[in-house]
Amino acid sequence: MAVSNDLFVQMNKEILHAEAIVRPKLSFWQGAWLRLRQNKLALGGMLIILVIAILALIGSSLTPYSYTEQKLLDSNQAPSAEHWFGTDELGRDVFARIWYGARISLFIGVMAALIDLCIGVIYGGLAGYLGGNTDNVMMRIADILYGIPYLLMVILLMVVMGPGLDTIIIALSATGWIGMARIVRGQVLQLKSSEYVLAARTLGAKVPYIIRKHLLPNTLGIIIVQVTFSVPTAIFAEAFLSFLGLGVQPPLASWGVMANDGIPSILSGHWWRLFFPAFFISLTMLAFNVLGDGLRDAFDPRQRR
Amino acid sequence: MLPYIMKRFVSMIITLWLIVTVTFFLMHSVPGSPFDRDGKALPAAVEKNLMALYQLDKPLSVQYVSYLKSLVQFELGPSIIRAPETVNDMLGRSFPVSAKLGAVALTFAIIAGVALGVVAALRHNKLIDYVATVVSVIGIAVPSFVVAALLIKYMAVEWKLFPVATWGTWKHIVLPALALSFGPLAIIARFTRANMLDVLTQDYMETARAKGLAPWVIIVKHGLRNSLLPVITLVGALIANVLTGSFVIEKIFAIPGMGKYFVDSIYNRDYTVIMGTTVFYSILLIFMMFVVDVLYGIVDPRIKLHKKEG
Amino acid sequence: MSNLLQVENLHVTFQTHGGEVKAVRGVSFSLKKGETLAIVGESGCGKSVTARSVMRLIPEHTGKITDGRILLDGLDLCKLTEREMRELRGSKISMIFQDAMTSLNPTISIGEQIMEGIIRHQKISRRQARAQAIEMLNLVGIANPERRLKQYLHEFSGGMRQRIMIAIALVCRPAILIADEPTTALDVTIQAQILELFKSIQKKTGISIIIITHDMGVVAKLADKVSVMYAGKVVESGPIRQIFYDPQHPYTKGLLASMPRLDDDRSQPLRPIPGTPPDLFAPPAGCAFAARCDYALEVCRLHQPDVTDLTHEHHVSCWLQDPRAKNVFPLQTATGL
Repeated sequence: MAVSNDLFVQMNKEILHAEAIVRPKLSFWQGAWLRLRQNKLALGGMLIILVIAILALIGSSLTPYSYTEQKLLDSNQAPSAEHWFGTDELGRDVFARIWYGARISLFIGVMAALIDLCIGVIYGGLAGYLGGNTDNVMMRIADILYGIPYLLMVILLMVVMGPGLDTIIIALSATGWIGMARIVRGQVLQLKSSEYVLAARTLGAKVPYIIRKHLLPNTLGIIIVQVTFSVPTAIFAEAFLSFLGLGVQPPLASWGVMANDGIPSILSGHWWRLFFPAFFISLTMLAFNVLGDGLRDAFDPRQRR
Repeated sequence: MLPYIMKRFVSMIITLWLIVTVTFFLMHSVPGSPFDRDGKALPAAVEKNLMALYQLDKPLSVQYVSYLKSLVQFELGPSIIRAPETVNDMLGRSFPVSAKLGAVALTFAIIAGVALGVVAALRHNKLIDYVATVVSVIGIAVPSFVVAALLIKYMAVEWKLFPVATWGTWKHIVLPALALSFGPLAIIARFTRANMLDVLTQDYMETARAKGLAPWVIIVKHGLRNSLLPVITLVGALIANVLTGSFVIEKIFAIPGMGKYFVDSIYNRDYTVIMGTTVFYSILLIFMMFVVDVLYGIVDPRIKLHKKEG
Repeated sequence: MSNLLQVENLHVTFQTHGGEVKAVRGVSFSLKKGETLAIVGESGCGKSVTARSVMRLIPEHTGKITDGRILLDGLDLCKLTEREMRELRGSKISMIFQDAMTSLNPTISIGEQIMEGIIRHQKISRRQARAQAIEMLNLVGIANPERRLKQYLHEFSGGMRQRIMIAIALVCRPAILIADEPTTALDVTIQAQILELFKSIQKKTGISIIIITHDMGVVAKLADKVSVMYAGKVVESGPIRQIFYDPQHPYTKGLLASMPRLDDDRSQPLRPIPGTPPDLFAPPAGCAFAARCDYALEVCRLHQPDVTDLTHEHHVSCWLQDPRAKNVFPLQTATGL
């Protein structure tokens, strides 16, 4: 046998332990970030959102034209070095208007999502936390509201309140919070009855500890995902309302308003008037959706494939 | 099963009542008279006559009760702008048009969406999967009026394959139905793909393989069935999607359907029509969702509806 | 008597995101007609992968049998096409899985799930298939089989579901039944009933059984012989009496010591094996168990042990069998293991 006799001595386990590859322990957030970083698509979405947001802030100062300045002599000009995205039928610079519109559209999307978040988390959290009959009644109400067709209600509210930036946000969040409330309530209920929380409490964990260690990692992820999806939903709904003439009113301009104004241009050949707003609506929708998908996968490694 | 249907039915009625009530009071809280045009009020005498004609001079509670009464008899009220036409007249004329367009669009969306989703899942991470992903992402990201505009531009104006707009022959249906079905198609494809991928990893698929069944038998008998059943639950949401989509599409294609009337009534601030149409849409939608729910309970043996009480 | 099934030097690897996992690294065993073989080991030791390899049911894109032979009546299953293999699955070799709840289709009636296998493999009518399915349900001890055939998974209890799994597996009268942790998901009393069922079926049909388990109690009740697996290798194999009464590998001893026994001194606590199995992304150069072994030698860390044949049926892979190791732990027999 080729094996040396010297080796037949008790093993020094220290060496083995030293050789063992130590896999670093990752916290929930580190793990999620690591998984998100590997998802190129989601990172791309994040980058696009970032760029659009930055351009929304500074884009209009990249061109000498303002979004309201009308030059009727320069109407319907194709994209050129002078007007990067062309001009509309009133001779307004489309580039300047796109980034002004980005502000309005993103503002509507983010505000509606944030209001949904606040109402939804409080309502759902309370229902789940209180449980019992209170929960029953609260969720029955939410169920009935959930059955109401979302856009119909929004249209109705807009008709009554009249078009405008603030009314759009109010109308969108009047029914938009229910999805969030349901999710939060479900999570809280599940957590309340979960065995690991029971185990933690048995071991003497205090409420702040349970909230930090169990409630937040388990619910925050799903909440962030939901918010990521509700931003584009609101932007889309605003575009839809603009089509019905219920969007923001001039001189304000959102992407939805611009796209709607640009529809006749498809026949007149001034394609840029529809293309740019439609492109940026789609790009934003896309970016938020892939980011949302990526976040969902990152926060819920069990569902990964 | 029966108790569940009853329970669902009662909650459907409550939801409808809530919508009707909210709609009624919202419409009546609009400042100014419904007869005001461009901020100008009508002569007082004319307005008084009109108010009496539409019972708007009575107290709100009386109006509400009489509105509910007429609703139960399915009288949705008059049109103020298009008098003497009533909402019923308009719906009677436009509903068949919208129903036809919606049915064609929904059928196409379901068939194409399911097919795309299934094929994408079976060829996971292959070319067709990426195609399906791109299609579903575009379908979700691009507003339907943009799709409609592009279809008109190319299919109708440039290549002259189909008429640009209006309603009549089957050729008139193609473009609006395509534009209308694009969003739902994307949603179905995405959902089906995710379901199918999930089902493919289920343990019972392994059991089926262990029986020596051929792959296509396994996929059709054990895979498709289980991944398509949940798609039924999506149909309710899709009907809502097609419905709201039709506002835009019918307007763009100048199709004399409910959506166009609804949008026109919003532009014209024809409050009774807005109210009547909203209520009609809600009834339609909520009833469809009810039917879908009950249907799903019947089709899927896993759902033990009668035990879901409480 | 010749071997019905003979597995020789089986190697299975999986491609994962983290790299190649060598899940099974040279496993051999054999099975005679009417015999029961138990493959024992911890989670992740490769026992399920070994069983699935016999069925050729490892995931086709990621898993691959890289070496070895699986001989069924002299026919090498590794060389068969997928189509040829399908002819054997369910008819010659059957498999039942751990969790009947997820392993049966919830939306297809139980009867259909039993019958589809018969119809697949035998040229008979649905009526005859139905008669066979009823007969099978009787055999596995389900009352009212005619009525039960029309029912769905959720209408059965846990033990009943596992009986149905067994009925599905046996319906074409296969020569070999592979049971992957068949009782793990069940209550103890139901476990005992299912094990009894296995025994009675074996008596009636003469079927050969491979049972995959981590539970030495199940092994004791059912098996004729045992292969103990650790980190993708068989570390010790032999007839059940020799494994239970004369275990040689420290890991086998550890498994036995961690099992509660009626004749144990109750004042002594059960002894779990400390530590966890090695990472199969990079299996250690020497014996995989060395890191957890109380009797590890320097040689264990560096070199794989050879197989020692203690009798013609009892084999063990351990450096402690080497004559040179006898003096390192003079008190080995006295430690009470």
